[in-house]
Amino acid sequence: MTIGLVHYLVVAAILFTMGVLGIFLNRKNLIVILMAIELILLAVNLNLVAFSAALQDLVGQVFAMFVLTVAAGESAIGLAILVIYFRGRGTIAVDDVNRMKG
Amino acid sequence: MIQAIAFYIFATVVIVSAGLTIASRNPVHSVMWLILAFFNAAGLMVLCGAEFIAMLLVIVYVGAVAVLFLFVVMMLDIEVAAMRAGFARYLPLGLALAVALLAEVIIAFQAWSVGGVQLAARAAPIAPEVSNIQAIGNLLYTRYLFIFEGAGLVLLVAMIGAIVLTHRKRGGVRPQNIAKQNARQPHEAVRNINQPIGQGVEL
Repeated sequence: MTIGLVHYLVVAAILFTMGVLGIFLNRKNLIVILMAIELILLAVNLNLVAFSAALQDLVGQVFAMFVLTVAAGESAIGLAILVIYFRGRGTIAVDDVNRMKG
Repeated sequence: MIQAIAFYIFATVVIVSAGLTIASRNPVHSVMWLILAFFNAAGLMVLCGAEFIAMLLVIVYVGAVAVLFLFVVMMLDIEVAAMRAGFARYLPLGLALAVALLAEVIIAFQAWSVGGVQLAARAAPIAPEVSNIQAIGNLLYTRYLFIFEGAGLVLLVAMIGAIVLTHRKRGGVRPQNIAKQNARQPHEAVRNINQPIGQGVEL
């Protein structure tokens, strides 16, 4: 049996759904929410690479690299915000983030 | 055949470790499962023929981002038990939403087929005689040069932003002030006194 494009797309779809589910489940833990966002971006990268291989077009891989760049920057900034938030409040629960409500 | 076996192994491990990433009790274990998920996703990308992206995934994620997560998890000293509250409360809604999303995406796959991309309309066709990394380099440093430099700028801004956000002035430390040291003149640093014999020095 051969592994086609749809196999990769289904794996990426399951991975994406896992990431979305992770955001919902871990409302008390901002770190795991950031990890779930990383999972979502990984699913997107998997889709890009699978399409790049299926369509024999290299642009998908180049674009996956840029997605990787943005994901790395996003996690760095997110963790920095997390650290200063924890310094000020002593908690990382998302439910308590209402300081900017006004 | 071996390709199918490898695909199913990698795919299973990716999905299982992603599930354990979002469901495990301890954030350190979550980071470990995330590392495993990224490793196996890199394996999937190798199966696709995208070796460069796979190696980049291992280097950037396992080498940098996962270690960053691990540092932050261990630095913050959070209690594990309190973070699990509300897990059961959000489970039904989250599962319903996830199942709906997955069903939508899979129905979309069923209704869709590859096609409509003409061979001549490809932006950058993969040449079989050029290796993957060489082809990406050829593309990245010519047609996508400005976007590539933009990506570098994104990383620079992220780095400066992270430093600015987490940097704090703290009292009680005496850092070196190089400008002040260089501006120092001999006449204000050295004092000549005519010391009488047999008496102590008054500083």
